[in-house]
Amino acid sequence: MVTRGFSGRRPPTSDDGRIPPGQYLEQGFPVLSAGPTPRVRTQDWSFTLKHGPRPIKKWNWAEFNALPLSKMTRDIHCVTAWTKFDTPWQGVLVDDILGDAGIEPPTAFTLALSFDGYSTNVPTKDLVAGKAMVALFYEGKPITPDHGGPARLLVPHLYFWKSAKWVSGLQFTQRDEPGFWELRGYHIYGDPWREQRYTSDP
Amino acid sequence: MSGEAAAQSPWQAATITGIRKRTPRVTSFFIQPSRPFTYRAGQHVDVRLTAPDGYQARRSYSIASAPEVGEAIELAIERLDDGEVSPFFHDVAAVGDEIELRGPLGGHFVWSDSDGGPLMLVGGGSGVVPLAAMIRHRFARKSPVPVALMFSARVWDEVIFRDELIGLDDRKDGLQLVLTLTREAARRPSDYSRRIDAAMAVQSMARLPEPPKLAFVCGSNSFVSAAAQALIDADIPADIIRTERYGV
Ligand SMILES: Cc1cc2nc3c(=O)[nH]c(=O)nc-3n(C[C@H](O)[C@H](O)[C@H](O)COP(=O)(O)OP(=O)(O)OC[C@H]3O[C@@H](n4cnc5c(N)ncnc54)[C@H](O)[C@@H]3O)c2cc1C
Repeated sequence: MVTRGFSGRRPPTSDDGRIPPGQYLEQGFPVLSAGPTPRVRTQDWSFTLKHGPRPIKKWNWAEFNALPLSKMTRDIHCVTAWTKFDTPWQGVLVDDILGDAGIEPPTAFTLALSFDGYSTNVPTKDLVAGKAMVALFYEGKPITPDHGGPARLLVPHLYFWKSAKWVSGLQFTQRDEPGFWELRGYHIYGDPWREQRYTSDP
Repeated sequence: MSGEAAAQSPWQAATITGIRKRTPRVTSFFIQPSRPFTYRAGQHVDVRLTAPDGYQARRSYSIASAPEVGEAIELAIERLDDGEVSPFFHDVAAVGDEIELRGPLGGHFVWSDSDGGPLMLVGGGSGVVPLAAMIRHRFARKSPVPVALMFSARVWDEVIFRDELIGLDDRKDGLQLVLTLTREAARRPSDYSRRIDAAMAVQSMARLPEPPKLAFVCGSNSFVSAAAQALIDADIPADIIRTERYGV
């Protein structure tokens, strides 16, 4: 349905098809979250890998920082319609976390858990094979609390609510269990290229 | 869009049935969905505009009206001069025009009188919109839930819904309005002229008969960060504070 009198701001012509449908290019870095910004001190920080309720392995801040660091520069897409190109992150690939724990993923589904009680579900296959990391640095600097520091999940190929801020661990689950926003009307998977924003989207 | 997606898509046509200037920079648009829906105070809709060549822009806007008022919903949209969608509404949109919307959306930043209280509401600029919906809902339901609204605006003339909010405050039925102007002197004895801080949060909370059960904070990113911190510094537990950030 064409809107009378609307022409719109064009996306840059050189975006090479990098802007998913319904998104616009953002130069800044907006902040969206469900509650106040938690202040998680690195001395209190830990990261736990769980299979259901059972902990598999737990790292403190120093132990986690001793894991191999990888770089990822990716376009990110927020469900509130902004897309940001070439965001540079550094952190520990989920593959390397699993490697350090000495396990293969035990189930097909994972729930990311955060210090503020937030959770979000991601199929395990979307976290491995170099697709996702627990990020510790943004633009070469420690991630600020507003953006999920000291550590956040980064799953750049899904809408950004999947990239849980203030992440405290990953839990393997038998079934695909909806997380915080997924229980509140957002899509169970969240592929920006298919515009999977809300529960009813195909 | 494929036929199948179109059939499943909850996007719907909606008609602008009324336009009302609220402040120099904020105008309300009354919009009648072709398929009316029920919603909760605090929810938002997504609005989609389409250019003749198919280019689309989509933005979220909180519903300002109470669920009780009828089928047309009120959106109060602030003009950002270098924005894409808000200038369209301010400069182009007219009564009778059709836009597309989907909704209601959002299940977190919502309040119904059955959720109880007291409530501490904190809004900056257009961030007052979902809070106004909660206050209007409370009034429509004749709810006794005590509510304090701390509302920060730059100047007196930019206080959205000012006369209505002051009118409700004057009823003395449990709603406490605290205005704070960041670039002008306060006009009412109970108001402030500075940015929201912990001391102001403590004093506003003291106007409630007991500590809040829920707090809602809405506005720009920087406003929400600062105001939520002020509430935490005023000893409101973080897990009862819900925030909504309008971006930028
Ligand atoms: C849940 C929710 C509820 C909301 N409710 C309301 C509401 O009730 N009322 C309200 O007024 N707003 C509300 N908003 C904000 C609203 O969705 C829009 O963000 C706002 O209207 C600005 O949109 P715009 O298209 O006019 O500006 P945009 O085009 O999005 O630009 C916003 C700002 O970003 C900058 N910018 C971004 N991209 C570019 C670019 N390519 N070139 C130049 N500058 C750029 C501009 O400086 C501009 O000032 C809400 C947001 C959310 C998430």
